[in-house]
Amino acid sequence: MADDLALLLRRAGFGPTPSELAAAKIAGYDATVATLTAPTAPDVGALLSPMPVLEPDPLAGLSNPTDAQRAKASVERWEQTKRITQWWLDRLTVADHQTREKLWFFWHGHWATSVRKVIRPQLMFLQHRSLRSSLDFAVMAHKMITDPALVSWLDGQTNTRDAPNENLGRELMELFMLGIGRYTERDVKAAGRALTGWKIDYDGARTFFSPAAHDAGKKNILGVTRNFDAHSLVDYLLKQDRCPAYIAERLWFRYASSTEPIPKSTRDSMVYAFPNSASMLRKLFEDDAFLASAGTLVKQPTEWFVGAMRQLGLRPGELSDDMLDYSLNGLERLGQLPFAPPSVEGWPAGAEWLTVGAAHTRLNFAGRIAQLVHAQRLTPESMAHILTIDTWTNRTYAALKATTDPQRLLTLGLASPEYLVT
Amino acid sequence: MDAVTRRRFLLASGVAGGAAIVAGAAQLDLAGLFGTASDAASREDHRKTPKLVVVTLYGGNDGLNTVVPYASSAYYAARPELAYAPDRVLRLNDSLGLNPVMKGLSLLWSQQQLAVVLGAGYPKPDRSHFRSMDIWQSASPSGPANSGWVGRWLDGTNAAPEAAVSFEPMLPPLLAGETRTGACVSIGGLKLPAGVTPNMVEVLGRREPHESEMQARAADSYANLIKIDQLIQGATATGAPSGAVVRPDIPATSTGGANVLSEQLSRVAQCVEAGVPTRVYSVSLGGFDTHAAERVGHELLLGQLDQALASFVGRLARTEAGQRVTVVVYSEFGRRVRANASDGTDHGTAGPVFVLGPQVAGGLYGEQPSLTDLDDGDLKATTDFRDVIGTLLASVLEADPARYVGGGYKPKMLPLLVRD
Repeated sequence: MADDLALLLRRAGFGPTPSELAAAKIAGYDATVATLTAPTAPDVGALLSPMPVLEPDPLAGLSNPTDAQRAKASVERWEQTKRITQWWLDRLTVADHQTREKLWFFWHGHWATSVRKVIRPQLMFLQHRSLRSSLDFAVMAHKMITDPALVSWLDGQTNTRDAPNENLGRELMELFMLGIGRYTERDVKAAGRALTGWKIDYDGARTFFSPAAHDAGKKNILGVTRNFDAHSLVDYLLKQDRCPAYIAERLWFRYASSTEPIPKSTRDSMVYAFPNSASMLRKLFEDDAFLASAGTLVKQPTEWFVGAMRQLGLRPGELSDDMLDYSLNGLERLGQLPFAPPSVEGWPAGAEWLTVGAAHTRLNFAGRIAQLVHAQRLTPESMAHILTIDTWTNRTYAALKATTDPQRLLTLGLASPEYLVT
Repeated sequence: MDAVTRRRFLLASGVAGGAAIVAGAAQLDLAGLFGTASDAASREDHRKTPKLVVVTLYGGNDGLNTVVPYASSAYYAARPELAYAPDRVLRLNDSLGLNPVMKGLSLLWSQQQLAVVLGAGYPKPDRSHFRSMDIWQSASPSGPANSGWVGRWLDGTNAAPEAAVSFEPMLPPLLAGETRTGACVSIGGLKLPAGVTPNMVEVLGRREPHESEMQARAADSYANLIKIDQLIQGATATGAPSGAVVRPDIPATSTGGANVLSEQLSRVAQCVEAGVPTRVYSVSLGGFDTHAAERVGHELLLGQLDQALASFVGRLARTEAGQRVTVVVYSEFGRRVRANASDGTDHGTAGPVFVLGPQVAGGLYGEQPSLTDLDDGDLKATTDFRDVIGTLLASVLEADPARYVGGGYKPKMLPLLVRD
């Protein structure tokens, strides 16, 4: 029971504090699931980290910038990107509504878009706000199909009637709504045509529809012939049986197991709650298969970092410039810098996080985090309490016994295999 | 299975077998490990072993603008804005030439150290980045394979963890076997936090009875960190990783290639020269998904590729150990013949594969696919890529190709290498 609750809190959020775990134990499993997936109280913690307002892009309004202006703009854009990334990590740390925040983080990985290609952080931040304000997956899919960052990331603005490109249409089916192998190449081409005509107004941070660039002709998609456009295509894909099943599978992959397939009965009960993703999660957490998946999921680097911040009473928003740079660099080297996923496929998972290179980065990163903590005394037992570790293995305990220095203990604790796997 | 892309499945199963572990991770014995690699005589032996360097270009490299069919009017008709004029290409023969930025490879061509395999692909091409990359890395076009071809070779030879090394940030499926996997090594040397000793990390890397497979894998990563860095120590100078973070530069929506290729290759060269017992190295360059404004981005990438490969092969030629190294360069697919409206190209099919190095015979292999007889707008493959992999398995890794290429395929041997 206690272990079930700890598992639930670790999976549903970013790493529970000892007091959160204690409160959950008093409330019990079912009540905790209900509160996590449908919080009723306002999020007081999140108020500590209000959403920033980004100034306009440095090149906004300039039709022909000089090389010097471009160079300066690159620097400023990176500063802006850093600001929103730091804010987001801070929000994930201070928010009480951990499950909502984690779900929004999940959606960022699902509609995986990177500032590396989008270039303007304003567009990335707009996408972020759109994801936050989407009540359910159906609303979200409609927002995303004309989202300036996503359209730019997948070359939608150059997809025209005269020469459609299929990038966005392909990923819409393969990665966003149906899953691989659920369509033919012809469907992809036709979906590309349906999506023609959306242009980006970069300075206005918006997309707009250009009828002249749109192919209004008939398209045959998954066996139906219609004059599909972007929104009617999304509506049509939402009605496919595969769509809710695919979303259930993706949630399972991130919240339960990246190695074991979702049991059919679990999937069916989650599909029933579609398109409300918080309710789908609730169904998952209430399912025996969820509890049976303990020990199979590797923490994502952002979960690891934010969890450590929460448990050690630190805030990403209060890091020194130097430590912030170190942390962003560390997250990138571990393979998960928010706003910069490696590809449209989103983040890696499972053993991909456990490479030798990652082990090396993590040890040093843990060392730097430990330096921020001013602990006079620490024992393996008190550290297990702080990090909400059920118990240390003999192996890790042996490593911890080799030192009494609090910083070193913390470094080893944060790097330990039992802290990395849920 | 359907929720888990094959790439994920490949990785997951490559690391999920209960026995899947590198020899000696459970009881680490550094002395034993060094026994094979650290004394001068065995280092000398390792210098004599043939080695393979696999260079993956993520994103789908535009083969037609890499090896340009400059004598074909169909080429200019299909992509007027993107095509290279005949007088600009670096000629290989009277119909094909390299992209103008590939001066280093052009020089290697004249020294007969570059083999170009034309029209490499597989039946029923898949145009998903991830699926197609899985197919290439698993050498199994027919159905889901749960291991990479190098990974299967690791399984079959009971290889040590250092037999296959990747200098990429993430383990490529290529190196994942059923019971063994290659190792990812970070580019900086082994620097540990103050007061944390290699011995503490080694203790953290011991497997615990009855722990979950993933937790055991996490432990293994620490054990292997200590082992491999000990091996590579002395082979390379340690340097602190640079603090540079995101720079929005090369547009890419496809995976891989986070470290600069030349940096990865110089690491490979150092290891080869030091007699590290690794047989297969995996490196990569990403960003080849050129759907829009292709010309400038593609030239930048090909320039990086050319520079990195040319200086690497040049360095190989200068040592006896380097003389035994062969490099293969591939991408998951080529691009469509016809340009799209964005001055880019969409996902295509077959493309050229480069094989280069001091042991290579040089020249063209296979046939350039027709630009007029197309499969729904795409090139028809003329060479099965498994023939290239099979040849490398046989001639570089001295292994039975049919055993490690997927799906019961019998690879045809191509005369890519000079017989000793």
